[in-house]
Amino acid sequence: MATWTPDPTFYPSARMAMQAPAEKLAYMAILSVEGTEPDALGVVDLDPQSSSYGELINRTPMPNAGDELHHFGWNACSSALCPYAPHPHVERRYLIVPGLRSSRIHILDTKPDPRAPQIIKVIEPEEVHRRAGYSRPHTLHCGPEGIYVSALGAPDGEGPGGILLLDHDAFDVLGRWEVDRGPQQLAYDFAWHLGHDVQITSEWGTPNMIENGLVPELLLGSKYGHQLHVWDLRRRKHVQSIDLGAEQQLVLELRQARDPTKAYGFAGVVISLKDLSSSVWLWHRSNGQWAAQKVIEIPAEPAEPDQLPPLLKGFKAVPPLIADINLSLDDRFLYVSCWGTGDFRQYDVSDPFHPRLTDSVRLGGIVNHSPHPASGPLNGGPQMVEVSRDGRRVYFTNGLYRAWDAQFYPEGIKGWMVKCDADPNGGLKLDPEFFLPAEEGFRAHQIRLEGGDSSSDTFCYP
Amino acid sequence: MNAVWPWVALAGLGAFHGLNPAMGWLFAVALGLQRESRAAVLQALLPIAAGHALSVAAVIVAISVLRVFFDITALEISAAVALIAFGLYRLVARHRGRAGMQVSGAQLLLWSFLMATAHGAGLMLIPVLLGMPIGDAHSEHSHHVAAFSSIGVGAALAALSIHTLAMLAAAGAVAIVVYEWAGLAFLRRSWINIDLIWVFALIGAGVILLVMALR
Repeated sequence: MATWTPDPTFYPSARMAMQAPAEKLAYMAILSVEGTEPDALGVVDLDPQSSSYGELINRTPMPNAGDELHHFGWNACSSALCPYAPHPHVERRYLIVPGLRSSRIHILDTKPDPRAPQIIKVIEPEEVHRRAGYSRPHTLHCGPEGIYVSALGAPDGEGPGGILLLDHDAFDVLGRWEVDRGPQQLAYDFAWHLGHDVQITSEWGTPNMIENGLVPELLLGSKYGHQLHVWDLRRRKHVQSIDLGAEQQLVLELRQARDPTKAYGFAGVVISLKDLSSSVWLWHRSNGQWAAQKVIEIPAEPAEPDQLPPLLKGFKAVPPLIADINLSLDDRFLYVSCWGTGDFRQYDVSDPFHPRLTDSVRLGGIVNHSPHPASGPLNGGPQMVEVSRDGRRVYFTNGLYRAWDAQFYPEGIKGWMVKCDADPNGGLKLDPEFFLPAEEGFRAHQIRLEGGDSSSDTFCYP
Repeated sequence: MNAVWPWVALAGLGAFHGLNPAMGWLFAVALGLQRESRAAVLQALLPIAAGHALSVAAVIVAISVLRVFFDITALEISAAVALIAFGLYRLVARHRGRAGMQVSGAQLLLWSFLMATAHGAGLMLIPVLLGMPIGDAHSEHSHHVAAFSSIGVGAALAALSIHTLAMLAAAGAVAIVVYEWAGLAFLRRSWINIDLIWVFALIGAGVILLVMALR
């Protein structure tokens, strides 16, 4: 039902959104490690005044087992204020929660009780397949004229992957987004420059290339994604591919400048075949053409073979494996998760061409197993990271993707969620009070913050 | 004196549309902010006003033509039903503009035309054009009809102009104040649901028109 004034969590610009009150709840994807029990959407208490601060206060189980919850997002966000498609009198209320393996899409209502979301609708995989021709839904963003969901491939597990559209109001699958996909085949993440009518997409692999684990032959043969794609957002047309080089494998997370007048963003690359390093690339526009250049490179760290899983023994090194990045709403700090080494880094990217490392913390890691002040040695490593709207709190979890978790951490990842306090002028400190171990048999993935966070909203005004 | 009221109503409706963020001033401000240019704000306002005028003109032409062929009471009843039906439709309609931020003048004009038409901006002019009485005397009613119908094309053009100029003036004033001084933060609280007001205005006008016609 339409409201009388705009949802108070909608902000015209990212700068204004930084004035938002501190979040008191987090929503978190919780997946069954064996896939035998239903996954759940968890609610974590983030209110430091609360007696259950840092604890899981609710879990909403999905109706089926084996979904593999991964990423999720809101039905509506600040893009509802965009001038050409305004619809500000809707509510940020529903969480759209896809199952990456099942292709089932769940709609949860957070309004009656934000601390106990309820499933109000389930879109079955057949409907996604039939209406969009896609499967394995991944990233989700609320756009000015619909909800966009990226999907890794076709129902048979092959390519191409792409983007499907969901209706804003009834959450019906409207169909495939692309009118002309050009040479694009692989899909993963996507990001918008709303001020420029541009969409950027990245590449992982088709479902068949990833669902039984990372395939070493495909990796060494440079078969995983190594390109960015630039799209005309209005005409839904592919306009340019940017090849980062065949040795740059697994181009995953994209974080565009939050200021819509700026035409640049950051892309994380998991691994370089040359030296096992990880990197962050800056895409930008100059003279009407889009280009990308490497702005951060993190080297692999030497390690004894007996410290390494079978997949890495031969290399005698642990790769950083940048699996997630995030950007604060003032476009100032970039956070980089190194899932292999356990390094979690904060860079000042005020000058996006020359990031400056400002601080880092270590937790887990294939070799180090670095502990938290409130824990013993940990495994897994910093992965899905979310930043509060004011930029002062950073939360992350430690699981990547079930089939890949088992290859890099064969002993079995014990899930956890932690929080860092970020200094507005640079600096990162683990909150010693905040250590949330996952329940036995479960693992955590993406976190979304109540009212929005640094990657949930796209803005139309600077 | 009463002959002035239709013109005041036309101008007032124009100003009301001009103030609505969804009718274009916000788009003009956004384009100005994106291009960091006050000139871009002003340049956007003209095609936005022109698109709005085209949408309203379609209604004025339609009414002018229908007036030649149909009895005024039949027109009033039909218009009343149309207003109420459109109001109810707006209650459930889900319109999203389709555009982007890289738009030409022609695209802005088309966008504004579509937004005004989907909104039913011109429909509210129908009661005024049919000489909807402000008071309740039936003789005044006829008097207004005469005031409009006797001038014909001239009156139609004047009606369009006064509505559009009022719309442009209101939109332009808000756009400049917001772009230069006020900023957009106030939208978070002050962007009231004008669509909802509009639904009740359409239905209300339809009901009044119907009562008047049937009396």
